Amino acid sequence: MRYARLVLANLGRHKRRTFLTITSVALALFLFASLRTVVTTIGAYGQWGSARRLVTSNATGIVFVLPLAYANRLRALPGVEAVSWANWIGARYGDGKRFFANFAVDPESYLDMYPEMVLPPDQKEAFLRERTSAIVGVRLLDVFGWRLGQNVTLQGTIFPGDWTFTIRGVYTVSDPLINDDMLLFHHDFLDERIGRPGIAGWYVLRIVDPNQAAEVAKAVDDLFRNSSAPTKTGTEQQFNSTFATMWGNVGLLMNTIGLAVVFAILLVTANAMMMSARERTSEIAVLKTIGFPDRTLFGLVMVEAGLITLTGALIGLGGAKVLYRATNFNAAGFLPGFDVSPGTLVTGFGIALLLMLASGLVPAMQAARLPVIQALRRVI
Amino acid sequence: MKIPIIYNVRSVLQRPVSTALTALGVALVVAVFIGTLALANGFRAALARTGSERNALVLRRGADSELSSGLARETASIIAASPHVAVGTDGRPLVSPEVYVLIPLNRIADTSQVGNVVARGVSEQAWSVRANLEVLQGRRPESGRSEVCVGRRLVDRFPNMRVGDKLRFAGRDWDVVCHFSAGGSSFESEVWGENEQFMPVFRGQVFQSITFRLADPGAFEEAKRVLEGDRRVTVDVYRESAFYVQQSQLLDRILRILAILITGIMAVGAVFGAVNTMYAAVASRGPEIGVLLTLGFRPRSVLASFLAESAVIAVIGGLIGCVLALPVNGIVTSTTNWASFSEVAFSFRITPGLLLAGLVFAVVMGVVGGFFPARRAARQPVVEALRE
Repeated sequence: MRYARLVLANLGRHKRRTFLTITSVALALFLFASLRTVVTTIGAYGQWGSARRLVTSNATGIVFVLPLAYANRLRALPGVEAVSWANWIGARYGDGKRFFANFAVDPESYLDMYPEMVLPPDQKEAFLRERTSAIVGVRLLDVFGWRLGQNVTLQGTIFPGDWTFTIRGVYTVSDPLINDDMLLFHHDFLDERIGRPGIAGWYVLRIVDPNQAAEVAKAVDDLFRNSSAPTKTGTEQQFNSTFATMWGNVGLLMNTIGLAVVFAILLVTANAMMMSARERTSEIAVLKTIGFPDRTLFGLVMVEAGLITLTGALIGLGGAKVLYRATNFNAAGFLPGFDVSPGTLVTGFGIALLLMLASGLVPAMQAARLPVIQALRRVI
Repeated sequence: MKIPIIYNVRSVLQRPVSTALTALGVALVVAVFIGTLALANGFRAALARTGSERNALVLRRGADSELSSGLARETASIIAASPHVAVGTDGRPLVSPEVYVLIPLNRIADTSQVGNVVARGVSEQAWSVRANLEVLQGRRPESGRSEVCVGRRLVDRFPNMRVGDKLRFAGRDWDVVCHFSAGGSSFESEVWGENEQFMPVFRGQVFQSITFRLADPGAFEEAKRVLEGDRRVTVDVYRESAFYVQQSQLLDRILRILAILITGIMAVGAVFGAVNTMYAAVASRGPEIGVLLTLGFRPRSVLASFLAESAVIAVIGGLIGCVLALPVNGIVTSTTNWASFSEVAFSFRITPGLLLAGLVFAVVMGVVGGFFPARRAARQPVVEALRE
């Protein structure tokens, strides 16, 4: 600590250079944190899912539907506690540029199935009572500037025509991985509008014992194996993980770019720091002459490098964390729960430490080993 | 008077390590710049090539993708009878009413994971309506049989895709009888069979889209107006090429924004690095600059000389970056096109224009990064510079 002023004075000598170096470290780590978070968010989504929920969909593919009549048979299966169902209707709002999920759901059982979606009791009541009403996520309300009680009209794509709903409730989520920009409305309303074909896009089952997930899933699929619409049942986590893999090689790509970015900026930063250290040869010689031991000089140079890289890391990583938290970023609904993870922060600081070693070690050793006479000759 | 370029060359050679590091930093930025844009390019090319200017595509009114559309047989007959549809050599109209569904297939790489692959049921005419189609191996599926033809990009990514294999989907076995290419378009990521075979096993008596060859490619607007105004059908008509470009817009925009954002931030970092390096270079060459000024070189020449030096380092970096990025050209990757929910395989595409853009980008980084240090060098008072 005795040398704090000396280190600060050194940093302040080329203020502009110090500023630039810190900024480029900060930028590199900001970018690193952002890219890494895309990967961890997709990964987290693929891992997410309640152990007590199973999803049953048509075995032929995600675009095929199941008969609504399956609901009662599913409910009667041993080990199944509750059943709900939903349909994807793929409607658009306005110019259709902002994509959002809109489902027709069986209101009561669906809200009961997902306690993670939190709705004030009076709004829930109003939603359940009114057949043409809908509830929307709090983010969606913001995005389109809707109000509670407003009528909104969506344009159907799968089911043509205009779909008008009254917003009777706004839900928040207790788990960030659940989208807070969906619109949910009454399945019965959909069924009636399209002439009562009695179809459900998929079923969600709550099972009594999470350890029996595999057995129950098999029982469901066996039940419908020889029907006109065979099913494929898996845990919610398996269902989500297929969605996560739909991103393809995005994760690998992000990681590769992230590494290249970090490496590129580290190169130029380390370079700049070494150059500025080299300029100080004569100064270090003077310090040695007045009695500074080699070890202290080594330490001083390392501390200076550490201050620069760690300040940069703090700004870059902290900035990423705060920025995404404050703006509630979720990539227009594609990456719910986008938040810089502690693991990413630790890795980021690890990189900063590596950078400190890479850029500080050579100049610090040079400083410690400097032959005084030779260096001083250049001074005089 | 200009300062000879050899002066810059020698001064660069004086500091080989730091020059190399700066150039390498620029190189990596340029490589990432080219790489990410090549990805966006490849994706766009795959979808842009999918449609032909000469074809029109019909969907149910309001449907925004083939997946959400549905058209009755009657609609197909009405459109086939339209005078705007070109007639083939055999006298039949060049029209293909198609069934379009997604089927889940296990991947080769990780069999616990599935990809959503497009299965397209086409008419016999589809092979002449669609441009650039070529059967690479085997023969076309015959009418009335459970046979499919597989796009060449699927072959290595999913099992049972070789000619002679049996592919199982929709509860039936299908004989794979051929592989086809389609000029690098997204059709190459699809499984094609006969529409009449696909209809009963999938969604019943509906088509998802109808594609036809225009009798007069110039009369698209006219055909669109007539068909959309026809009371018997409720359809939207698109030019096929424009439709597939529109289907790629969402992902294309995401990729491009990503590319610009990432390389933008990287570029700022690299420019800062270049500024730093050049400042250090200027600072350590104080007396040299003093001598140059004493010899009578104008401050302007000193400025130009330092700028040139920085730009040249950046260009070298840019060239290395291009070389680093080149190997990704042609690498096949895949992702989901969220607009149609289907998996599309495409390859990174590096074009000469992209390489040039990368080089220009490098020069800009060099000039911006060198400007302030160069100005400082040029403005140094002679006496002070010499004293150092």
